[in-house]
Amino acid sequence: MASSCWGLSESLCDFPSLSNKSLRLMRKTIDDGFRDLVRQFSDQIDAATRPLQWFLNTLETLFTGTPWFVMLVLILAAVWFASRSVKIAVGTGAALLAIGFFGLWEDTMTTLAMVTVATLISIVLGLPIGILAARSDRAQRVIMPVLDVMQTLPSFVYLIPVVVIFGIGKVPGLIAVVIYATPPMIRLTNLGIRLVDKEVIEAADAFGSSPRQKLWNVQLPLALPTLMTGVNQTIMMSLAMVVVASMVGVGGLGKNVLQAINNQFFTMGFLNGFALVAIAIAFDRASQAFGKRLQKHAEVLDD
Amino acid sequence: MTETDLTQTLSPDEEETVPGISIRNLYKIFGPHPERYVSAVREGMTKTELNRKHHHSLGLRDITTDLPAGKISVIMGLSGSGKSTLLRHINGLIAPTAGEVLIDGEDVAKMSPEALRAFRRHKTAMVFQNFALLPHRTVLENAVYGLDIQGEPRASSTEKAQCWIERVGLKGYENRYPAQLSGGMQQRVGLARALTNDAPILLMDEAFSALDPLIRMDMQTVLLDIQKEVSKTIVFITHDLDEALRLGDKIVILRAGEISQQGLGEEIVLHPANDYVRAFVKEVNRGRVVRLRSIARPKPSGEDWPGLQLPGATTLEGAAHQLLDAPGGSMATVLARNGSARGVVSMDDVMRGMLSQS
Ligand SMILES: Nc1ncnc2c1ncn2[C@@H]1O[C@H](COP(=O)(O)OP(=O)(O)OP(=O)(O)O)[C@@H](O)[C@H]1O
Ligand SMILES: [Mg+2]
Repeated sequence: MASSCWGLSESLCDFPSLSNKSLRLMRKTIDDGFRDLVRQFSDQIDAATRPLQWFLNTLETLFTGTPWFVMLVLILAAVWFASRSVKIAVGTGAALLAIGFFGLWEDTMTTLAMVTVATLISIVLGLPIGILAARSDRAQRVIMPVLDVMQTLPSFVYLIPVVVIFGIGKVPGLIAVVIYATPPMIRLTNLGIRLVDKEVIEAADAFGSSPRQKLWNVQLPLALPTLMTGVNQTIMMSLAMVVVASMVGVGGLGKNVLQAINNQFFTMGFLNGFALVAIAIAFDRASQAFGKRLQKHAEVLDD
Repeated sequence: MTETDLTQTLSPDEEETVPGISIRNLYKIFGPHPERYVSAVREGMTKTELNRKHHHSLGLRDITTDLPAGKISVIMGLSGSGKSTLLRHINGLIAPTAGEVLIDGEDVAKMSPEALRAFRRHKTAMVFQNFALLPHRTVLENAVYGLDIQGEPRASSTEKAQCWIERVGLKGYENRYPAQLSGGMQQRVGLARALTNDAPILLMDEAFSALDPLIRMDMQTVLLDIQKEVSKTIVFITHDLDEALRLGDKIVILRAGEISQQGLGEEIVLHPANDYVRAFVKEVNRGRVVRLRSIARPKPSGEDWPGLQLPGATTLEGAAHQLLDAPGGSMATVLARNGSARGVVSMDDVMRGMLSQS
């Protein structure tokens, strides 16, 4: 190969990398060390994930165990109360009926349970971290690069340590989804709070607000539209990740898609894919309409 | 020449005032290390030099003034002259680099965060140029905002707010949101919010500058009417001299962070201290600003007091009308604050006072 190298010597031609032997040694040391560490703390890790496991299982049993027509009514009611839009409710109803008709009801409920839990956890984690980032420039400087890594690192890569630490199953899948779905919540919380009108913040200070009063009376309410976009993004990210999460043992629509890929089941792949799209669109529209409804006060009366 | 003639008149019969806010040798330098440059600025380093050599911005230099309690003081100056910066020192939104802001004998700059918060809640209220209302709260909820922060229950705060909402002319709009109101109405909400707080000090940063001229006059009238009842220590910022003269008992003119001149409105109009101030007062309608007490002369010995009696606070324009209508005589007696005869003016004096432009 040195021949294609302008006739230079080998050390200038090939990149002077570590030798294969030392690379192998490095990988082995790190991997083994990591594995030992995980083994050592396995009890604690188990204890830590048990509430998640319980939460996820409860919701899944609830969603799949409830008769389909009851679930259908509940979901439509939720969509209606969020959006107050007949169009969105009817669309969601039609999508769910089609899903059931093609035999995907139970898998869809499993996926819904997963997405619900992942979204709730992402909000619970993302909101306070976003508030922290908005309050301190130093915190922001630390948090933002971490978010960049979380969002750009190929999801398959962080599945590896997740699996090493938590093994195969629903909870590691959930954790992978949460890692992917939390960054938009953090980012948009931070952004929303930072974009609040400076003069209104000054008014809050001038009237003697404590930091907590300022947060609850001014910053969060005025950041609400952006926060709602964050929630919306989080739901979309969770739905996008369920296929990847199924690689570590999460059931539902994602698992079907994965099977279809492995076996080249064209129809099955598309049916499940469309089911995911249908849910995504329904949730997107409902959550956006909800966000708009919360901004009622911004509308001008026409009298 | 006429100018010097006028200065030889009686002393202007000033009202006794108590300082409500005393600002002492206040310096503000913006930048990462302001403390390093205070002494250089004290010794006369200019704003440009500080900016060019050290990349720090000089906000205020050696401001010393007493703003009278229970009166309206106006801070005036061009854009960037440091008006907002000065105002924000009064409620501690900006901390000085050096100097004191004394209110009831206490230095605002030295208060702990808790003390400062309590001070802002109970002693001050503020009105903002762009209203700074909370968009998700109704007019009524905006008005009770200050009392909410103080922890006052809504039952009593609503009652107080309702009273001020009616006073500023927003009855019937209590449940509207700010976005549904015109600019003038929004600023009425801002005023109601500040007044509901019932604080002795009211800070207004270009509160009427965003409003069109007619609504602006309207709001000035509302403020003056309310001030007659409440007698708060109001600090009002504007870059409009007419507004300053209409509202201000005392006027402080700032230029590039320094006090260019301070005093009563008519003092400034009659005796501008420098070209900067002269440029401001050039276009002023003196007839509406200058008052008889400033141009009254001692009664020439051997003559009687003229029959027409006018209070010292009468504007020259008002006096001219009265003198024209008065039967047989172009002289009037000027009364002191206590109602006693203090001096005399002639129609000529009044005319000269209105026209004189050195
Ligand atoms: N946070 C800051 N950092 C640096 N410089 C500042 C800061 N705040 C104000 N300044 C500078 O201080 C000067 C005075 O500003 P200030 O806002 O007090 O002016 P102003 O008289 O209120 O003007 P305007 O009429 O435009 O509101 C300006 O030159 C401005 O650039
Ligand atoms: Mg200003």
